Amino acid sequence: MSSETTTKTPEAAEVPPPGAATPKSRVPQGHRRLLTRRDRITLGLMAGVPTILHIALVWVTALASIALAFTTWDGIGFDSIKWVGLQNFKELFEQNPQFWPALEHNVVWFVVLIAIPTPLGLFLAVQLDKKIRFSRVYQTAFFLPVVLSMAVIGFVWQLVYNPDTGLINSIIGANEPGKYIDWIGDPDLNLWAVLVAASWRHTGYMMILYLAGLKGVDPSLREASSLDGANEWQTFKNVIFPTLRPTNTIVLVVTIIEALRAFDLVFVFNKGAEGTELLSILVTNNIIGESSRIGYGSAIAVVLLVISLVVIIPYLISTFRKERRA
Amino acid sequence: MHHSSLGQSMPGTSRRTVLRGLGGAALLGAGIPLLSACAGSSASSDSKTVTVGSNASDAVPKKGYGDIYAAFTKQSGIAVDINTKDHNTFQEQINTYLQGTPDDVFQWFAGYRMQFFAAKGLASPIDDVWKTIGGNFPSAMHDLSKGQDGKYYLVPLTTSPWAVFYRKSVFQQYGYEVPTTWDAYVALCKQMKKDGLVPIAYGDKDAWPAMGSFDQINFRLNGYDFHVELMAGKASWTDAKVRKVFDTWAETLPYHQEGAVGRTWQDAAQTLVAKKAGMYMLGMFVAQQFSNKADLDDLDFFAFPEIDPAYGQDTVEAPTDGIMLSKKPRNHAGAVELLEFLGTARAEEIYLKADPSLIAASTKADTSAYSTLQKKGYEMISGAKHLTQFMDRDSRPDFTSTVMQPALQKFVRDPKGIDGLLSSIERQKKTIFASG
Repeated sequence: MSSETTTKTPEAAEVPPPGAATPKSRVPQGHRRLLTRRDRITLGLMAGVPTILHIALVWVTALASIALAFTTWDGIGFDSIKWVGLQNFKELFEQNPQFWPALEHNVVWFVVLIAIPTPLGLFLAVQLDKKIRFSRVYQTAFFLPVVLSMAVIGFVWQLVYNPDTGLINSIIGANEPGKYIDWIGDPDLNLWAVLVAASWRHTGYMMILYLAGLKGVDPSLREASSLDGANEWQTFKNVIFPTLRPTNTIVLVVTIIEALRAFDLVFVFNKGAEGTELLSILVTNNIIGESSRIGYGSAIAVVLLVISLVVIIPYLISTFRKERRA
Repeated sequence: MHHSSLGQSMPGTSRRTVLRGLGGAALLGAGIPLLSACAGSSASSDSKTVTVGSNASDAVPKKGYGDIYAAFTKQSGIAVDINTKDHNTFQEQINTYLQGTPDDVFQWFAGYRMQFFAAKGLASPIDDVWKTIGGNFPSAMHDLSKGQDGKYYLVPLTTSPWAVFYRKSVFQQYGYEVPTTWDAYVALCKQMKKDGLVPIAYGDKDAWPAMGSFDQINFRLNGYDFHVELMAGKASWTDAKVRKVFDTWAETLPYHQEGAVGRTWQDAAQTLVAKKAGMYMLGMFVAQQFSNKADLDDLDFFAFPEIDPAYGQDTVEAPTDGIMLSKKPRNHAGAVELLEFLGTARAEEIYLKADPSLIAASTKADTSAYSTLQKKGYEMISGAKHLTQFMDRDSRPDFTSTVMQPALQKFVRDPKGIDGLLSSIERQKKTIFASG
């Protein structure tokens, strides 16, 4: 009601007498009343400032780094920017011994996160959803790692993995010559060691997402399936899990993002040394520093961007399609 | 506000201009106030103040430098405005810092790292300062302070050598003798292993310590000149001489502490402190890990053993820190006066009183207050024919950090496949050094 009164001006409410001034001339008048000059300035600023900031900080920088990917530049003066075409990419694909392992590790990162902590988080969520005793305590305990920053988790797990004084090697006596296990330095071990730490955190994250999803499941569905004589597993498999579809989509997207932006944990752990290389770390190593290879680093960033787009675009398309249908 | 080289040269529209705009926007996006540089310089500035960009963010060096500047102010009446930044942040931002509105003088390192910025026109030559202070320094320090154009760009302040550290009591207990040749060194390693010690403590988690090991073997085997050529990107990494460095190194790798890539240098040093390791090749800062006075007094070192008699032990790796003059200092006269003061033995003495883990770059500085370790380090440096600056200070940092650090970690962990590693280094080196 109130919206009607504001949009309908007295003039517009009147039925225009036939043959009188055309309604066209009245329309702008109505609009003028709708938005005063001040309103329009306010709205313009509210929409304009963020737009300019967004374009400058997101689009221009993204496009600039794409452009820079085809140049070499040490960051000193704009005169030293030199156009090199696809040279950076060629070098990256053919010569950089860290590039392919880094790409592989980003993929491994995703596969592991989706294969281990995600089902584990779902399992925990289902258990906690049953209103067992101390449910809140467990919930807090599993969620606690999510509150910590990845960098802090890196520091904590380093204490566990330190080959000389760390928890594991001290307990199993693997810090002596001959039996030595180098969790951080051995490329066959270090990625998995880091992934345990990442999974430790991701499990809690997934649990909370699924717990939220489970809260949204209609209780009457459970009731109906139990009336039909379904056991717990059957109920979960045939009734509950299918209703979690929207949550699963979110989980998938979140996990892909986590795998692509993986950085802080590894950077703290061993700076992406052999065995733990990641694309994000290669970008940083090439761009940050006293004489940086900005063009080359941008080329790596572009690769990362392309991978992200390959993942994000199908997701957006399917989301928009769903919205249009609804 | 003063002039910036960025604002000065802007030719007509071209693809490059567009790129410049994009690049500038990229920098703006990264939060770097590069574009704040504006045209039009003003001569009027406070002639009673000199500003200093300092990377001495740790408590001990901060006090040391602070004391020097206080003494300078007392003597000259010129105030010193110190702008301290976190050590690593300073290094990471040096590039943009020097292009923006840097302080009049700034703390930096000798070697290629200094020459790089000098060649880019981001520092002013200080030959006039060296006319006054030149006599205070040995010839090796003169060389270290020059840019590639032969002009002076740095006033060196402190340095410290790399060597093989050991504990006197351990050598006494087992009756070891200090090895001066490579064969004696390897024999000692063997004996230590037999005696149940870790012959050589080692930690390369931070990826730079292995560069020191490479340097030592390289200039003992191939001499100082080859080190310079290799670091400057002129010599080839597939050269048989380089191959020989790795072969020689591989000979001692079985005597290095196991699992080096997962261990920090601090942890490796602790095995020396605990007398579990016999030797440790590192910089003199290893002494920082000897917190107990009795342990510290027990610490000693010897120069890395001779490999090729043609070069003997004439080269010492001695990373040197100092101060440079920025490209357009606001208070040129005051800055020059400060640099002249910093080049005196007195300034160094003031610093070393606060930080006894280093050695003065000047031979004129009073050594009477030095510890036994410092005295020995001082003798080693002043007796050296050549001083090197550590791989990441003698070569392009982008090359050493993105190519050499991972390559050396790979080698230390698994010394097989050297040839493949070297050709990969050489290929990457070519593109990096070609990028100018």
